[in-house]
Amino acid sequence: MMYLDAFVHSPFWHSPQVWHALFITTSAGVVSAVVGVFIVLRGQSFAGHILTDVGATGASASFLFSINSWYGFLSFGLLAGAGMEALGKRTRGRDTATGLVLSFFMGLGALFLFLDTRVSNTADVTMSVLFGSVFTADPNTTPWLIGTSAATLLVVAAIYRPLLICSIDAEWAQARGIPVRWVGLLFMLAFVVAAEDSALAMGALLSTAFLMGPAAAGVRIAHRIGAAIGISALLAVMAAWLGVGLAYASYNWPPAGRGYPCSFLIADILFMEYLGAGMAARWRAHIRRLGGKRCT
Amino acid sequence: MLDVRDVHVHLAERLVLAGVQFQIEAGEFVGLIGPNGAGKTTLLKTILGLVTPDLGQVLVDNRPIRRGNPAIGYVPQKVHLDPDTPLRGRDFVALGLDGVRWGVPLPRRSRRERVERALGSVQALTYADAPVGRLSGGELQRLQIAQALVGEPRLLLVDEPLSNLDIRNAHEVVRLLHELARSRGMAILLVAHDLNPLLSALDKVVYLARGRSMAGRTDEVMTSESLSRLYGYPVEVMRTRGRIVVVGGPDMHLVPPEAADHAGLGEWEATTP
Amino acid sequence: MHMMGVLDTLHLWLLPSGLLTTLYMWHAYVCGTIVALTATLVGYFVVLRGVAFMAHSLPKIGFAGVAGATVLQVPPLVGLLTFNLLGGLVMSTLSRRGRRDVVTALTLVLALGAGELFLTLGQAYGETAYALLFGQIVGISGPQVGQTLAVGLVTTGLWMILYRPLLFVTVARDQALARGVRERLLDNLFAILVGLVCVMTVPVVGALLGFSLLIGPVATASLVTRRGVHTLLLAGALGLAAIWLALLLAYDSGWPVGFFATTIIVLEYKVVYIGRWVKTRRALAI
Repeated sequence: MMYLDAFVHSPFWHSPQVWHALFITTSAGVVSAVVGVFIVLRGQSFAGHILTDVGATGASASFLFSINSWYGFLSFGLLAGAGMEALGKRTRGRDTATGLVLSFFMGLGALFLFLDTRVSNTADVTMSVLFGSVFTADPNTTPWLIGTSAATLLVVAAIYRPLLICSIDAEWAQARGIPVRWVGLLFMLAFVVAAEDSALAMGALLSTAFLMGPAAAGVRIAHRIGAAIGISALLAVMAAWLGVGLAYASYNWPPAGRGYPCSFLIADILFMEYLGAGMAARWRAHIRRLGGKRCT
Repeated sequence: MLDVRDVHVHLAERLVLAGVQFQIEAGEFVGLIGPNGAGKTTLLKTILGLVTPDLGQVLVDNRPIRRGNPAIGYVPQKVHLDPDTPLRGRDFVALGLDGVRWGVPLPRRSRRERVERALGSVQALTYADAPVGRLSGGELQRLQIAQALVGEPRLLLVDEPLSNLDIRNAHEVVRLLHELARSRGMAILLVAHDLNPLLSALDKVVYLARGRSMAGRTDEVMTSESLSRLYGYPVEVMRTRGRIVVVGGPDMHLVPPEAADHAGLGEWEATTP
Repeated sequence: MHMMGVLDTLHLWLLPSGLLTTLYMWHAYVCGTIVALTATLVGYFVVLRGVAFMAHSLPKIGFAGVAGATVLQVPPLVGLLTFNLLGGLVMSTLSRRGRRDVVTALTLVLALGAGELFLTLGQAYGETAYALLFGQIVGISGPQVGQTLAVGLVTTGLWMILYRPLLFVTVARDQALARGVRERLLDNLFAILVGLVCVMTVPVVGALLGFSLLIGPVATASLVTRRGVHTLLLAGALGLAAIWLALLLAYDSGWPVGFFATTIIVLEYKVVYIGRWVKTRRALAI
């Protein structure tokens, strides 16, 4: 009881930064988890990589002009998304030309970050763009982030069934009369928002954790797509809250007492969830096999 | 030359080969024919030493086979190469000579001449310096044969060389292999799901069905009685206009080549250890 | 006459700027040269085998290695070697088991997160992180040049040993397996080869940009020539040109070297690509 009391009255709940951090990570986590299931189905993990890396260049540029970094992430992310749509199917990990364009944008990002440090005289921009900084994020971003995440979820819900058919078999979808191109375009939009939201929360380099982690775990456990999405969203929220809580608590941890990075904690929790999902799936298959033997 | 004795192979708890038996002598041109899933690719891999038989054995020159035997040349099904692959035809062929060895190859005259000879024997000299990724299916096929020939094998295994070629090119390749068998005294075992393009050239047929084999001259093997015995149920072998058609077999030899090719590739991947 | 003019201008420009009289710039040039040449050798196989994603990921793992080394106060080379070689082996093992997409991505995130943690624990924020991710030429010391040279020699040696069987198994896999090439061993050795290159690229152009040096010049060269030797020579020249020019510009402007290196490499690719396109269009028109 005493612990519960201490927990409820902890200063954790009275800090506005903590609340912002919780809002940001939760909304980014949920939208990435839902969109992520479709990313896993469509095998587009490399595309997620491209979106966030290019988004990071935008975020670095936004610091130069003292604009909110979320606009930078989103505008460059949309640019990258449009580029990928234009290129069509060629955005695969094997494609050298795509890799080169990506590295060009990252080089540009390097320049922007460098100029940022010149202008602001603090080198922490690098860390916050690449590794995220939920505790020091601009509070004005939070409503925008929650709003776009909610809108994205609505879009995904609206196109849910055609999107599912397109993701499983595009040719069949075409034959059924589904406007594959439009569905693809809307999904790309949702993809961009999810990727950039999670890039803002986790940092460009660690955003893949939110995009792939919960979805991959959900797909391993569940055999139905709806269940996979539900589990994925639940796992993301768990990781977000646990991560923020641990990051808050870690200011008292050894060795340095500087606090452990929040995005690192969330990424590790997500990875453990993924491993746990693998074990759960194997255990389930084992039980099923035993059950099958008993029946025969 | 090649002696396959009562070979049994299990793959993933399924009996794929159940007592395959035949012999090939030097200079013979032999067709390994059978419907899809009969175990043709598995048999090739057993002869190459990539799959170990559970029972029976394979002898080459009266010695048990081992992996990487230089006496055996192997022409796999069509390779897929990127159009921008930075490699010329002759570099591709040279890999068959000493690609297994470690280290960078040193340019030696004997090496160059052997590659040149192999290219000449498949009439591929005209495009020897062209990038391999840009060659047509028939041209690449010849280079693959040259790649196997350059090691001067005495037994050549050719896996479904005709399934990607049109009729004219298929006849060319068959003629070429036939000539090579004659002129070099080399034994050739050619895998095909359709016997007809090979009819005029073959010395012998090994017919594979349900994991078992039947070997002999074409007119001995391709009869209704012997194939019915092999399949275990009545099938009929019909001859019309110089073509042989097996009626009542699992795929009647009338499968479109694409479908057969797919099945063949899948089989290969599924059995790779 | 005209040529002399250009040389003179270049000379006048270089001398007062101290480009060739500053010790660390010499170090940077020597390191850059070694890196560009070995990256070309290994990049040849990276492009041929289509493993751009692996080349993209390994340096990021190396970043965690250096950051960890800072915390434990061991030489960065130790951290780089451990993380890159282990990371390469793990990746080649995972990719054999299929499902490479998700697992690689998550392993990578884990390594990057660890790097972030190490940076925080080591109280080395901002500056160090930037140098590790995007490269830094000012800090290259004499011993570091020696290390780069040693790793470069080992890489080149290993490359020469692997060349033939690796080429064989890449372009004619079934045939190579039948002839007795050991694929698993080669896969692992190749991963080590890529790891070794990343050990050298991370300190010079950084963890995020080493990738372009690995695939860019080879991709450009293979647009023009299809002969192995020519591709290697041309790619080597392109890589060298890019890194030398990038060092010069970085020195002159004070801007990051990685930015110039990637921009020049991508420009080279674009120019050659457009050149080839124009040529084929013209050939078709005639």
